[in-house]
Amino acid sequence: MARHPHDPKNQKQGLIGQPVPLIDARRKSTGQAVYTDDIKLPGMLVGKILRSPHPHAMIRSIDTRAAEALPGVHAVLTGQEAPNRFGVLPVSQDETALAVDRVRFVGDGVAAVAADDEATALEALSLINVDYEPIRAFLKIEESLEEVPDELKLHTKTVGNTNIHKQVQQDFGDVDGAIDAAKWSKRQRFLFPGVTHAFTEPLCTIAHWNADDRLTIWSAQQVPHYLHRALATVLEIPMHRIRVVRPTVGGGFGGKSDPFPHEMVCALLTRKCRRPVRILFDREEVFYNNHGRHPSKIEIALAIDADHKISGLDIDALIDGGAWGSFGVVTTYYNGVLANGPYRLPSFRYRGRRVYSNRPPSGAMRGHGAVNTRFAYEILLDEAAHDLGEDPADFRIKNALSSYTKTINEFRITTNGIVECIERACDASGWKDKKGKLPFGEGIGIAGGFYISGSALPIWWDDIPQSTVHLKIDYDGGVTIHSLAAEIGQGSDTMLAQITADVLGLSIDFCRVLTEDSDTAPIDLGSYSSRVTFMAGNAVRRAAEDMRRRIIQGAADVSGYPTELLVMEDEHVVSVADPNVRIPYLNAVRRAMKDVGALVTTGCYSSAPPMGGKHKGAAAGLSPTYSFQAFVVQTKVDLLSGKPRVTEVWAAHDCGRALNPLAVEAQIEGCVHMGLGQVLCETMDYHKGNLENPNLLDYRTLSPSETPNIHPILVETLDPEGPYGAKECGEGPLLPVLPATANAIWDAIGERFYVLPITADKIYRALLKQKKQGRYGKRPFSDQSEKSPAR
Amino acid sequence: MKRTIKLRINGSEHELAVPANALLLDVLRNDLHLVGTKRGCDMGTCGCCNIIIDGRAVNSCLVLAFDVEGRDIQTIEGVTASADDDSIHPLQEAWAECGGSQCGFCAAGFIMTVHALLENEPQPNRAGIAEALGGNVCRCTGYKKILDAVELAAGRMAATT
Repeated sequence: MARHPHDPKNQKQGLIGQPVPLIDARRKSTGQAVYTDDIKLPGMLVGKILRSPHPHAMIRSIDTRAAEALPGVHAVLTGQEAPNRFGVLPVSQDETALAVDRVRFVGDGVAAVAADDEATALEALSLINVDYEPIRAFLKIEESLEEVPDELKLHTKTVGNTNIHKQVQQDFGDVDGAIDAAKWSKRQRFLFPGVTHAFTEPLCTIAHWNADDRLTIWSAQQVPHYLHRALATVLEIPMHRIRVVRPTVGGGFGGKSDPFPHEMVCALLTRKCRRPVRILFDREEVFYNNHGRHPSKIEIALAIDADHKISGLDIDALIDGGAWGSFGVVTTYYNGVLANGPYRLPSFRYRGRRVYSNRPPSGAMRGHGAVNTRFAYEILLDEAAHDLGEDPADFRIKNALSSYTKTINEFRITTNGIVECIERACDASGWKDKKGKLPFGEGIGIAGGFYISGSALPIWWDDIPQSTVHLKIDYDGGVTIHSLAAEIGQGSDTMLAQITADVLGLSIDFCRVLTEDSDTAPIDLGSYSSRVTFMAGNAVRRAAEDMRRRIIQGAADVSGYPTELLVMEDEHVVSVADPNVRIPYLNAVRRAMKDVGALVTTGCYSSAPPMGGKHKGAAAGLSPTYSFQAFVVQTKVDLLSGKPRVTEVWAAHDCGRALNPLAVEAQIEGCVHMGLGQVLCETMDYHKGNLENPNLLDYRTLSPSETPNIHPILVETLDPEGPYGAKECGEGPLLPVLPATANAIWDAIGERFYVLPITADKIYRALLKQKKQGRYGKRPFSDQSEKSPAR
Repeated sequence: MKRTIKLRINGSEHELAVPANALLLDVLRNDLHLVGTKRGCDMGTCGCCNIIIDGRAVNSCLVLAFDVEGRDIQTIEGVTASADDDSIHPLQEAWAECGGSQCGFCAAGFIMTVHALLENEPQPNRAGIAEALGGNVCRCTGYKKILDAVELAAGRMAATT
């Protein structure tokens, strides 16, 4: 048996930068990790939700008498009983636990029951009689732009008399002038169907209103704190009477970051019957709950001046939010503002519109708001490079944003590794030898990216820190880390332990990470916007440094040596001046405890204001730092079937500093999987408001055999404000995957695709057309040498 | 209608009364509290519920408990270093070491699939492993570290036998 890397014998202090296996990895590989649905409470009932078969209908009446009379049914709930509205954003409080007077999508919750078992619960649902009056459904994105009478508005708060949820406009510099004066410019429309997270663990919630009149809720959540707030609003009880527990979460990717109606329903059911209630979604319900990436129509215009510099970017994004607001106001901004890197923009104009429609709600998904625009932008950059005779990689370097600068929309850029990312991805891939030189059907492409490392402003604008961490050391010497930063598989628990152990000179097994329970953990805003390493990492580091001061004081009291010369390493407090001074860690801890008992410290993080501009929407996309990335993708198109296959991905990502290279690589690889899925096969298809593929067979994700060789390249720029220099790595690496793949397909066969996903049938048709027109088999850039002999 | 059946799971005999339409997955999770086996998709498409029946990896959500009486059933809880050593199996060890799980929800299903594969083919190549895992979905890893883990474990297991 190999020695386990968690074995303290295998680890020296100085854990930062070392590949550390996730601290929960053995629990997970043995099946011992406890997910929400693994929790069984005595007397637990099965909760089920009756869902709308109509995309848009008024509810005339609901008759629940027969369901209530059914033996084994303990509670029946309708929307009228809990009309308080909630939502993740304060500006979009437009959801209710169940539909109150109208249903807004197929799958919208209408009524709910709690019963002894699943069969009884399902029978009870079948006995509920809902009288619907179907009304006009808004199923195409443009229809929601129309002026309609009040009764056809999905929500009261919209733009004028339309179903536009949010409209934003930003204008910097002279875009029209740039386009008029451009050496090269193009305007192009792109179409992106919706995609969804498809995490493997279905949504599950357990709630129990106990005899002490306290509510405990266990839920698969990325942001337990926002759930906590929403429950208080809907139930009209103070937050201190609610305990939110986040068991092990089976994947999130943004899809578990809203407070959800079923969580409210579960709490309301248990309040009615005072028995624990579990609501477990089947896979179809997960798909209808969605909150995935917005279906989008994006038109962009790019202008390049005589020096081959980007002179203007004009974006018009129309995105389909589905039935609710969710994170949509943020998404609306992100679709524009996150195009302000990694290239310099002298002029930028953006119009973003998000509409309500009668489809399942869209929300936040990995790469939130930035992915589709990034695709469009990087495709046009590639076209420009080609037409201007520029190498696409050099062209991007020439236009790269510098470090320590401001974008035209006043994002504060600190460290910026975009050039190093491009250069290293090119070097590793053999770009110069391959670009334009592979046989027909094979191609190579490049694209860049840029993403926030946490939102500088919290969703709720109040004065509490964005992350707080408590540490406790008692007689046993173990370090208990209390935080509400949600471990969802990304390794945030490991990050917290790693930093703590590093500061205290301990092996990581001294750390016990408790991030599940709102009763004990100080508030952390949770796992969204790639904020956890940056914010909770800073908070835990501060708490650990305070703890180190206390322990070193204890060691000074034991030994009589001045604290200034003492450091912690190898489970000892040692003197940097005298190697003979080595006070065992436990001795120092116990001395420090003498007058105070257990050692308790706290650390917190708040983004330092002021940063950013004063214009409307200036806060959107504002981050204490940004990640940068450039990927090179190699592809091989099967010329008979048209099936595209990505064979290699060289993924260079500026993560500031890789605290745990194993985890950073893992995030990059996961991003590649999800990005390739969206560009090659994933799509949510609708027919009259019905999702046609609400299961993991018809919603195709990339299989193990279709996975390319992924070569993560970690670029470290040492951010001045990140913990040990770190910034995000969980979302940015998704951005370049899609356009780099499309650019590689173009390099392979000379075809551009502006509608995702780029599937075999589309390529097959394009190749057929090439054959008819006599273009088949010709390199797309055969005339390039004439245009640009210099290259 | 319930009937009493005998199931042999992880080497132990269990006698329990289950309805005719009970899925093996539900019996494992709800009646026997073997919750390491996960429910992911309800229709045999994700592999999270994979277990081993008579040496073959099977979706336990597609099997009726009635149909597997007398068969040899193994779940993730029964995967140990060897029959007389209850410590962690090299496959699970490699999974942890290589980063085979992130959220971990798919891990048990993957490990059961691979466990059955390695019984039949101790040294599969990478493409062969990927093919064998075609019925398992992971959304976190991009599969790379999963394939790494399988290769590492297979190598170690071959070296010790």
